[in-house]
Amino acid sequence: MNGFLALLRRDLRLGLRQGVDALVVVLFFLVAGALFPFAVGPAPDLLARLAGGVALTMAALAALLSLDRLYQPDLDDGSLDQILLSPLPLELVALAKAAAHWLLTGLPLMIAAPLLALMLRLPAEGQMPLLLSLALSTPILSLLGGLGAALTLGARRSGVLLTFLVLPLYIPVLILGAAGLEASLSGTEGTPPWLILAGLDVAALALTPWATAAALREANG
Amino acid sequence: MALFEGEDLACRRGEALVLEGVSFALDPGDALWLEGPNGSGKSSLLRLMAGLLRPESGVLRWDGAAIAVDREAHRARLRHLGHLDAVKAQLSVTENLSFWAEYWGIAGDVVAPALARLGIGHLAGSPGRQLSAGQRRRLGLARLALGSAALWLLDEPAAALDTDGTALLAALISDCRARGGIVVYSSHETLPVERPHRLRLAPFTS
Repeated sequence: MNGFLALLRRDLRLGLRQGVDALVVVLFFLVAGALFPFAVGPAPDLLARLAGGVALTMAALAALLSLDRLYQPDLDDGSLDQILLSPLPLELVALAKAAAHWLLTGLPLMIAAPLLALMLRLPAEGQMPLLLSLALSTPILSLLGGLGAALTLGARRSGVLLTFLVLPLYIPVLILGAAGLEASLSGTEGTPPWLILAGLDVAALALTPWATAAALREANG
Repeated sequence: MALFEGEDLACRRGEALVLEGVSFALDPGDALWLEGPNGSGKSSLLRLMAGLLRPESGVLRWDGAAIAVDREAHRARLRHLGHLDAVKAQLSVTENLSFWAEYWGIAGDVVAPALARLGIGHLAGSPGRQLSAGQRRRLGLARLALGSAALWLLDEPAAALDTDGTALLAALISDCRARGGIVVYSSHETLPVERPHRLRLAPFTS
């Protein structure tokens, strides 16, 4: 367990030292989202309808943006060998990495989301549902993303490969997140999509570390 | 019976076999010098020994039991030093080494003595990016001085080291052997290591 916390702390420290990386993710999220009113016009009704979906899509793309920094630097400087050569089970290594990724991208995105929602004229009563949708979907983005990063590790053009591999997996997350938000905004009960999303969180938490660990073993062989 | 032995090992990288029919047997306190031209599979053999690669055929045993049976126990008993020093540019020298100590569950008070031992105590606060190649290698070697692993696997450990550094390395190796550890290293030059066993790997062309 000490090893798990040590790895998590190191990754957070590296991420924050390289403050630009964490900032780029949030800036991308805000700036790309803010482009929508220019493209679709400033009509408040239209924007309000789009806001939730735009925020969730931008969160998925922003999470993707930082995935190639998850394992690649450790492979490049030889740290990955040393990380693999510890008594810490690889599944926990994968979990620590995904947790660090969520803390450095998912969490800042949730903090920035109200600002983006405001720019996109999401009604005030939509703010909490949006945060809930993001809180339920961003952990899956990090867990599935970690798996994709491990699978494409060391491949040529791994960035492109990673995009094609991971984005399709993000689709159910987008559908359910947006459905929950939409339902709660239109006055109907938003709970069922969120419950399914929460179920996916648990499944991703339980399954992706095993798959990621297997991919890391291969990548390093 | 030898403590650490390999029997008829073969290793495949992609299509090509890089090792075939390699055997060795080492007792506590032994050192093994891997010799051979570039591409003869020295690094691959060290990675096999570490469990980072799986052998195509053959078996590695520790104390009579195949290492594949309990890989976590094997990982816990060894230190591997590769071509790269696993130094993070953004972290200070102390932070770099403290992380590995913490990660491997070794008390943090061994970090400063380990740095001093390798003659880089004065660099403790410097960021990794400012280190020269030789200093980075010393920081890599300082990981060996943490704890007391039973098996050291060193891939060209003297690369980038100056004369003093090589002497420090030799002293580390001799300490490890004195407490019953096994050291396997590859090197193109003769390192000042006492009476190592030698294993010459032939260049492989198949």
